[in-house]
Amino acid sequence: MRFMIMVKANAESESGEPPSQELFAAMGRFNEELVNAGVLLAGEGLKPSSQGARVRFGGGRRTVVDGPFAETEELLAGFWLIDVKSLDEAIAWVERVPCEEGEVEIRPVFEPADFEPHLSEELHEAELRLRERVTTQQHL
Amino acid sequence: MAGTGTAAADKTHRAIEAVWRIESARLIAGLARFIRDVGLAEELAQDALVAALEQWPESGVPNNPGAWLMSVAKRRAIDLVRRKENFARKLEEIGHRLEVEGEGVDLEYDPALDGEIGDDLLRLVFTACHPVLSTDARVALTLRLLGGLTTDEIARAFLVAESTVAQRIVRAKKNLEKAKVPFEVPQGEDRARRLSSVLEVIYLIFNEGYSATAGDDWLRPELCAEALRLGRVLVGLVPKEPEVHGLVALMEIQASRSRARTDAAGKPILLLEQDRSRWDQLLIRRGLTALEQAEKLGGAHGPYALQAALAACHARARTADATDWERIAGLYEVLSKVAPSPIVELNRAVAVSMAFGPAAGLEVVDELVDVPALKNYHLLPSVRGDFLFKLGRLPEAKAEFERAAELTRNSRERDLLLDRARECS
Repeated sequence: MRFMIMVKANAESESGEPPSQELFAAMGRFNEELVNAGVLLAGEGLKPSSQGARVRFGGGRRTVVDGPFAETEELLAGFWLIDVKSLDEAIAWVERVPCEEGEVEIRPVFEPADFEPHLSEELHEAELRLRERVTTQQHL
Repeated sequence: MAGTGTAAADKTHRAIEAVWRIESARLIAGLARFIRDVGLAEELAQDALVAALEQWPESGVPNNPGAWLMSVAKRRAIDLVRRKENFARKLEEIGHRLEVEGEGVDLEYDPALDGEIGDDLLRLVFTACHPVLSTDARVALTLRLLGGLTTDEIARAFLVAESTVAQRIVRAKKNLEKAKVPFEVPQGEDRARRLSSVLEVIYLIFNEGYSATAGDDWLRPELCAEALRLGRVLVGLVPKEPEVHGLVALMEIQASRSRARTDAAGKPILLLEQDRSRWDQLLIRRGLTALEQAEKLGGAHGPYALQAALAACHARARTADATDWERIAGLYEVLSKVAPSPIVELNRAVAVSMAFGPAAGLEVVDELVDVPALKNYHLLPSVRGDFLFKLGRLPEAKAEFERAAELTRNSRERDLLLDRARECS
């Protein structure tokens, strides 16, 4: 299962100052742990909202609003995309994030199975019989 | 319904499972280095898990759960060594070291330790995939020791009885002991052979998951994710081995298509008919990067890198029509020299016909007609019939389609083939 792990912004991350050497090193070690465990798919740190923008939709119009944005705790400062077995495992990883304070949100990513209709027994049987065909012929 | 006490305990249990999943391989690997016995290391790790299940619901999950488990397991190891006389020899060997290191376990993260853990993990990978073990045993042991899967989970994923898997694992541990397999990373000539055994096991796990279908136990498709994870871990452990990157590239690209492989009713869709917008671009990108890495390390002609390169040809093509069939035919030609197999040849025939026309494809496939391994393989007459049909040799094509229909065990496919046979008259 894929999870998006979102690190919320704070005054420091919004200030645009680079993180302290210490935090930078700690994050590096944490990232390395994720890579070594084979669970990290992607991850990035985000520049402050002052360097970003929003596009608002409404009344058939699009309005561009430049940053910064005030509601700091609703902003993101970075994310990881990880592939783990369960929400519990995602939580166990997030508990290791080298954060002193603040909040990190974990959200499951939709999987194809979430959209698949329930299969009837008959269809399932038919599919089992088709299995050989899919696995043996990659290009045929 | 469960009261709050039970709910809290349940939550802790799930947290422990998650910790186990993250820590178990490192734990077993670290212990195995001390006691030089993978089977015993696993038992000690299990003991530590039991201790966690007993204590954590009361005390809460410790800040550094991995170090906690390791320190408990090491203490158990010392007890065990002390208790059992037949371990006297081992006591002399390792008892002192254990005692020194077992007492004051550093509960803080120690980056200096990481390199060592990596070495231990690699030793564990090579041991679990040792060629003295049967393929089934290697697969089961790898999932158990490196994936942290339970016997029950492995059994469900492979559609076999739990007792079968349990026996496999017990026997595998015994065989490792009997063969006196050292807990080490093989060097020299042996290394390549041993590494290919490791890659084979990981790819087997991947394919087992890939062949799972929508009605299966959810653990089956999970095997793909597990194999991918093991592959990515292995890349970190042996970053200079091109074939490891090749295998990871192959798995990432194949996994990128998992969303597009079946229609809404769960019916499989062939590669060229898949909706490419459903391919996972993140995995494709990861796969292409891994393939580049394999090639940069001089491994472009490794069997896994070649298969990854083939998969990459499809991944790079925006539409099925844009497929570079000439390149695919060329890659199959190299692959058929590196890892000769009639199936590869049959695939090459198809690629050749797509690139250079049905007559060229027929030439390749005609060489396969007498190959015993393909005697009852329905895709051979099916492919040959297709070439003949395109060349306008209808009576011959008809006979081939009918033969293919006779050989296939799949009713939908049989109908399709008989339709094609009818088109020939």
